[in-house]
Amino acid sequence: MRKQFRVAAATSAAVLALAMTACGSGSGGSGESTGITVRGCTPKNSLIPGNTTETCGGNMLEAITSQLIRYNTETSAPEMDIAESIETSDNVHFTVKLKQGYKFHDGTEVKAENFVKAWNYTAAYANGQGGASFMSVFKGADVIGAEGATATEMDGLKVVDDYTFTIETATPVSNLPIRLGYTAFSPLPDSFFADPEAYGKMPVGSGPFKFVSGDNQQYVLEKFADYSGPEAAKVDSITFRVYTDSQAAYNDVVANQLDFTDEIPSSFLVDNQFQSQLGDRSMQRETLRYAGLVFSPNDPQLASNLKLRQAISKSIDRQLVTEQILNGAAKPAHGWAPKTVNGATDTACGEFCDYDPEAAKALYDESGGYSGTLTITVNGDASHRDWAEAVCNSIRGAIGLDCVVVATPNFDEYQKQIKDRTVMGLMRQGWQGDYPSIENFLAPLYQTGGESNWARYSNPEFEALLTQAAAASTEEEANKLYGEAEAKLAADLPTTPLWYPMTSVGWSNRLENVAVNAFGGLDYSAVKVK
Amino acid sequence: MGTYVLRRILQMIPVIIGTTFLIYWMVFSLGDPTIGRCGERPCPQAYVDKIHAEYNLDQPLIIQYVRYLGKVLHGDFGTSFNGTTVADQLMNRWPVTFKVAIIAIIFEALIGIAAGILAGLRRRSFWDSLVFVSTLVIISIPSFVLGSVAQMVFGVKLQWFAVTATQGTWNQLLLPGLVLGSLSMAYIARLTRNSLADNLSSDFVRTARAKGLSNGRIVGIHTFRNSLIPVVTFIGADFGALMGGAIVTERIFNIPGIGGYVFQSIQTKDATAVVGTITMLVLVFLVMNLIVDLLYGALDPRIGHE
Repeated sequence: MRKQFRVAAATSAAVLALAMTACGSGSGGSGESTGITVRGCTPKNSLIPGNTTETCGGNMLEAITSQLIRYNTETSAPEMDIAESIETSDNVHFTVKLKQGYKFHDGTEVKAENFVKAWNYTAAYANGQGGASFMSVFKGADVIGAEGATATEMDGLKVVDDYTFTIETATPVSNLPIRLGYTAFSPLPDSFFADPEAYGKMPVGSGPFKFVSGDNQQYVLEKFADYSGPEAAKVDSITFRVYTDSQAAYNDVVANQLDFTDEIPSSFLVDNQFQSQLGDRSMQRETLRYAGLVFSPNDPQLASNLKLRQAISKSIDRQLVTEQILNGAAKPAHGWAPKTVNGATDTACGEFCDYDPEAAKALYDESGGYSGTLTITVNGDASHRDWAEAVCNSIRGAIGLDCVVVATPNFDEYQKQIKDRTVMGLMRQGWQGDYPSIENFLAPLYQTGGESNWARYSNPEFEALLTQAAAASTEEEANKLYGEAEAKLAADLPTTPLWYPMTSVGWSNRLENVAVNAFGGLDYSAVKVK
Repeated sequence: MGTYVLRRILQMIPVIIGTTFLIYWMVFSLGDPTIGRCGERPCPQAYVDKIHAEYNLDQPLIIQYVRYLGKVLHGDFGTSFNGTTVADQLMNRWPVTFKVAIIAIIFEALIGIAAGILAGLRRRSFWDSLVFVSTLVIISIPSFVLGSVAQMVFGVKLQWFAVTATQGTWNQLLLPGLVLGSLSMAYIARLTRNSLADNLSSDFVRTARAKGLSNGRIVGIHTFRNSLIPVVTFIGADFGALMGGAIVTERIFNIPGIGGYVFQSIQTKDATAVVGTITMLVLVFLVMNLIVDLLYGALDPRIGHE
């Protein structure tokens, strides 16, 4: 019997010893090379810039590709990248001149044709590209993008010579250069058109990093030695490691086994836990995101009563909800577009976005009130219920109106109900800007017939201002007109702004010079290893 | 024997067709797989039309399924929307799942059997109670709690182990393997203890003692081996289950194995990958079941396959 026990003790000792040796070599980072690892997720489509509009693939393409212009990391202001100049006199006809000698990763030069052919490919119906809607700004995109269309070239794009091409837009677009910095507008090398499928597995861009390999678990990018643009990489390689759960990535960053995560799980935002764990290795910044509540146009009581809408808007304590429920990961809104975008001032909403329970109550009594129970509808598959409850409490407390939260099972169902016009009361609307311009936060959301115009807002003055702004000859003039359009929203209050969600990132003790752009992504060119 | 195997293989055909059809129907009727592939905006019509044509989604479900099955019979388990083939993914991921399973099995067998013997030989002693209480604690903790706590304490705080197993190396998989094996370890400890205790109080042991055999011989030769039969069966079945991947543990430790793949595919609504993987798993389980049944016959002559 004693013998048996010794065997058991010996085996447990052996397992323990095995465990101990494993710890010695368990840590991930290697000292010499300046390669970094960042959290990635599995791309939902093959890595073709014109077919990628979701963030997983988009984050990688951001490092691989470059466009005519790039956005300043800090201010989001557009700066020339491949373009030497983009000129127009009427906001319809643009002449684009390219820098000479700008190289793709395969060594070929970026020429005018590489842009025109790429954009035509993305817009053509037969190619079924996910970014096709971005091309609709060009004249002729509707023709080749129509169902069953066989034409493959847009009228609006013409190659003049190797380094010059012209763009004709469908309607005046004063902020066209800002739009052209999106990855869907990347040039494509000649090799792409020979075999798009092969390209999707091994993308070739003209950005600071070139694609080396990827297998759904890990994607390796290497510094491109012949990079021609203004912001060359400071590290030798970037490895995107795929994580299915943001908490696993966060834990790896805390233990310095992963260099960067662009997502901090909300459980670690509570009481700023992440800051005590990461210290100065973390950052929060405002991005191109907006969150608001739409007064349902199906609800006659709300649709016809401006004072009631104003009263509800004034009874929401945005400051308290962002601090208590969202743990400071959002900034209370005072307008319909975050300050990070070109042209936004974030002041338009004025007093109607300030919490003032007494004034709200007075307005509510004046308005004649709301009979029945007010509902706030959100999609239940994301963490919207908590803040919606808090908003309900705030409304109930300020004006005594009974309020409940209704959650749909998922986002698909939510969209369907909005499409079917069955939602009453208030409904949540989130918006992620495609490019940093105030136009992108106004036109798609409040223009008559817009797909995301859930409020079915329709004001001829608002639209006239947008049209004038799109045709304005200077940026200042355009922004002034967009500002006036935003003021119309404040006067009519079809929706009420809530806040601008922020992005929270963390990094390891190896990194320095970490900067996050307005899209919430790491500035891959700027980051360095200590 | 030969006719038995043949009959079993023929029986597999309707099972495979039935299960894969159910899986196909459930996954593809969940909604349009193109929803959510274009970020936060709806996908352009051209994109939706192209995907529908490529995956035969504009056809009736039964035709879609027959075409899919035709491809599976040619060894083509499908291609995900992002261009990776399901077969490649499974080939890359199975070795990782296999490694975790091996670590878990070694751990649960060694510690579980040792603890079971200790408790079984000294019934109602301190050691018996200790094994009883500690296995009770392990059994009552859900695996996601155990996994998260182990990761937090041993990975992040003490840094004894790698926090996640993103590359799937043996070192990284050690902690997840231990977590994964811990529940079975508790079961094995109890199984061994009870089986050993039963046999020790049986008639043949009493006879052996009466004949004056040494204690070591009674335990080592006449009790220990036959006490392990249920334990070996349990370990075999557990190994089969582990090869199917462990969704929760693989997710916590970010293990690039089969369970993580299924989870990731469900998350990204990658219907092809979900159906392909589960079809493959059905095949594996059917084959494993057949092997286990045949093994029974080999282990126990009383069970025949005629």
